[in-house]
Amino acid sequence: MIGLQHYLTIAAVLFALSVAGIFINRRNLILLLMCIELMLLAVNFNFIAFSRHLGDETGQIFVFFILTVAAAEAAIGLAILIVIFRSRRTINVRELDSMKG
Amino acid sequence: MHGYHLTIVLAPLAAAIVAGLFGKKIGRAGAHWITIFAVGLSFVLSALVLKYLYWDGGHAENYSVYTWAVVDGLRMEVGFLIDRLTALMMVVVTFVSLMVHIYTVGYMHDDSGYQRFFSYISLFTFSMLMLVMSNNFLQLFFGWEAVGLVSYLLIGFWFKRESAIFANLKAFLVNRVGDFGFILGIAGIVMFAESLDYATVFASGPAIAAQNIEVISGVPWNAMTLICILLFIGAMGKSAQAPLHVWLPDSMEGPTPISALIHAATMVTAGIFMVARMSPLFELSETALAVVVVIGAITAFFMGLLGIVQNDIKRVIAYSTLSQLGYMTVALGVSAYGAAIFHLMTHAFFKALLFLAAGSVIIALHHEQDIRKMGGLRKYMPITYWTALIGSLALIGFPGSAGFFSKDALIEAVRESHWHGQGAVYWIAYLSVMLGVFVTALYTFRLFFLVFHGKERMDEKMRSHVHESPWVVTGPLILLAIPSAVIGWFTIAPVVFGNFFGTSIAVTERHDVLAQLGREFHGSWEFILHAFQQSPVVYLAAAGAVTAWYFYLKRPDLPDVISKKLSGLYTLLVHKYYFDDLYINGFAAGGRAAGKFLWQKGDELLIDGIIVNGTANTIGRLAGILRQLQTGYLYDYAFAMIIGLTLLLGWMLWF
Amino acid sequence: MFQAVLFYFFAAALFAAALGVILSRNPVHAALFLVLAFFQSAVLWLLAEAEFLAIVLVLVYVGAVMVLFLFVVMMLDVDVERVRGGLTRYAPFGLLVAALMVIELVQVIWFRGRTDAGLGGFQPTPDGYSNTKALGAILYTEHVYAFEIAAVILLLAMVAAITLTMRKRPGLKVQNIAEQVAVKAKDRVRIVKMETEKRQ
Repeated sequence: MIGLQHYLTIAAVLFALSVAGIFINRRNLILLLMCIELMLLAVNFNFIAFSRHLGDETGQIFVFFILTVAAAEAAIGLAILIVIFRSRRTINVRELDSMKG
Repeated sequence: MHGYHLTIVLAPLAAAIVAGLFGKKIGRAGAHWITIFAVGLSFVLSALVLKYLYWDGGHAENYSVYTWAVVDGLRMEVGFLIDRLTALMMVVVTFVSLMVHIYTVGYMHDDSGYQRFFSYISLFTFSMLMLVMSNNFLQLFFGWEAVGLVSYLLIGFWFKRESAIFANLKAFLVNRVGDFGFILGIAGIVMFAESLDYATVFASGPAIAAQNIEVISGVPWNAMTLICILLFIGAMGKSAQAPLHVWLPDSMEGPTPISALIHAATMVTAGIFMVARMSPLFELSETALAVVVVIGAITAFFMGLLGIVQNDIKRVIAYSTLSQLGYMTVALGVSAYGAAIFHLMTHAFFKALLFLAAGSVIIALHHEQDIRKMGGLRKYMPITYWTALIGSLALIGFPGSAGFFSKDALIEAVRESHWHGQGAVYWIAYLSVMLGVFVTALYTFRLFFLVFHGKERMDEKMRSHVHESPWVVTGPLILLAIPSAVIGWFTIAPVVFGNFFGTSIAVTERHDVLAQLGREFHGSWEFILHAFQQSPVVYLAAAGAVTAWYFYLKRPDLPDVISKKLSGLYTLLVHKYYFDDLYINGFAAGGRAAGKFLWQKGDELLIDGIIVNGTANTIGRLAGILRQLQTGYLYDYAFAMIIGLTLLLGWMLWF
Repeated sequence: MFQAVLFYFFAAALFAAALGVILSRNPVHAALFLVLAFFQSAVLWLLAEAEFLAIVLVLVYVGAVMVLFLFVVMMLDVDVERVRGGLTRYAPFGLLVAALMVIELVQVIWFRGRTDAGLGGFQPTPDGYSNTKALGAILYTEHVYAFEIAAVILLLAMVAAITLTMRKRPGLKVQNIAEQVAVKAKDRVRIVKMETEKRQ
């Protein structure tokens, strides 16, 4: 039967793929944001799997909030990205190194 | 009497403090009056103490004035042991000191450090009195170091002269070597006798002598021998015995009154006094006494030889002092403590006299000290001439003079001291003192003739200024000349052969050469006759004087010829047996090299370079590498987090 | 059994879509792959009987967020080739880390825990169970404060997005009506007295 382990495995693989995505797409801010969305999706898988496994809907409530926050994050993140692009004419992360001492 | 004792010690101290701290206020005259008064008071009271102890038949006193500290039963006290030995030393010290104080008024007349000088010499008098009057080892050590300190200050009195600074540092450092032995000796005494008090230590002497100590494990040494040799090393430093003699000739950089007071009459004899005071200990170790004899003999003869080639008037007398100290040491080594102290006393008078006379000459010639530029001073400076003659005769042992009695008694004692055996020790001692007589006469009269007789070798301008010194200078000369001439006559009987010292000096039966000699002693006159009839000493001295006369007055060209013929020996003597070169190039340079090595390699390289700066540099370099990781790119930090997470998870899973 | 086949099929499709997201060279393609991934996820959630969330995922993500992404990607006109230059250099390392992570997590999930816990599948829901109703029952009671805060966060996100992206252009002419109304004659007109000019 398809159960907890299977869903957790999907979440793990999805999470690992998004990590690899961050490594691979380190240049592009938009792709980074997408990878983060993917990562959140993996987390949501875990919540749902455990919620179902334990028969407690609170986990699904959490997913609900994560979706909310993720939407907010995507909106603000894209807004920031637009501002950056406007001032620098690029979204290449390599050129965003003003944090370097 | 206790009040007397305290006054004797404290008067010079008070004067020194007043002259030193308030010198500007009381002025030059104030400074010399107060110090002269204080030392004069000390002298008078010392004389009264001596009178009380000897003529009035008073008994020796040994008491504690003040307990400074008690540590685990070890009492550290200030105390006085006043017996005849002490009293004699007190009189000698205060008398010579008084003479020097008066003389200084004339000698230092134009010096800007006038008050300072008086303060120092009064302080010296205090220190020396503390040393001789002590009844315990701690106070002895205090006095010992205090006189060393004042000696250091006074050698460097003219502190703007580079040579004076070098000389006082040298004196201080060489004395440290001796003091190291001395303090180890005291430590040994504390270890075995568990007391610093003379009386207690002397009482436990035989018990100490019965013990062994293994400083190097497996090699047992007799505890008493070790302690005595260590104490004697202290005496070698202070009394300038070979090989720790090198500081004394250089100390002549100090003003002449100092040379007379400290480096001839009193401080340098502290070592002799100390050994005599420790006679109950030294008597228990024949090995230590043999060491004393050999060191003294070597000093007496070889340092005398150096006097022949010196051209500085004070250095000649300085080497003479070394030689005479060697004589005293030899006397100590053959257990003739009385003879040693007797020679110490007469030597104090005539050597102080000679130094002060030399000082008088030096003032007259405006601080010219080279005897090759003197000559014929006899007619300009009659008082100095005659007093210097008396001093010189006393030094070579002219029959009847103070030096004759002391030195002849000393040599007789050495000759009779068969208990060291007939081996090397005896012959080294005996030959050294005999040949030393000839050498003494030679250098003394070489000096005397070159200074006072012969051609006038100074330049014309100088000659016109030469005149006799003022009364403050000649007065002390005359006052010192009197005891130099006559004191031997009536003191030899009690001091050397009588029982003057009583219990203050202990001699075992077997060693008591003076008692053996005393049985043949029938008065001073007989003693002189005996010297003419049975001893070569007088003739050796006469030969020395005649040789000096022949070489330096009759045929002044000969010394150069001889020095060229014997150039090897001459070079050796001029270089003072290369002792200075050995010490400066060997120990001092070695010390500096070791210091430089430790500084450059140890301190700068290891501590500063590797440990201190190295730590900082390593962290800096490490940080330089680590900051490569701080790229400033967000994604790199994110990777770091992810990699860390992976590793942490792996660690939890697999380890 | 049929459920398992569906599960594996959609799981494989999800992985393929995720790979498409991280490997595609064009951000537009990546965004579309992401949309696909969300759809697969929604199906998987439906399989797990989390129907409400599955629908919300499609509505919110695919309908709103992904459209926003696409909108931004297209609006910004990014030079795609230049931006994707660093793929080969870091790809092996990234994949290595990802593989390591998968291995570790699979270990945790399959071999370290109580391995029999979930093998029986999820507990079936009782008859008449409505996922949406159940969630609503606790969302508006137990989690009502969190719900309110979530609303505030969304508002905040909106305000933030507007303030960040809105810009004042210089030289833009706007009316200030309050100022126009409040103006007085002496602020605008100045009466000057002067001598008459002489005729030339």
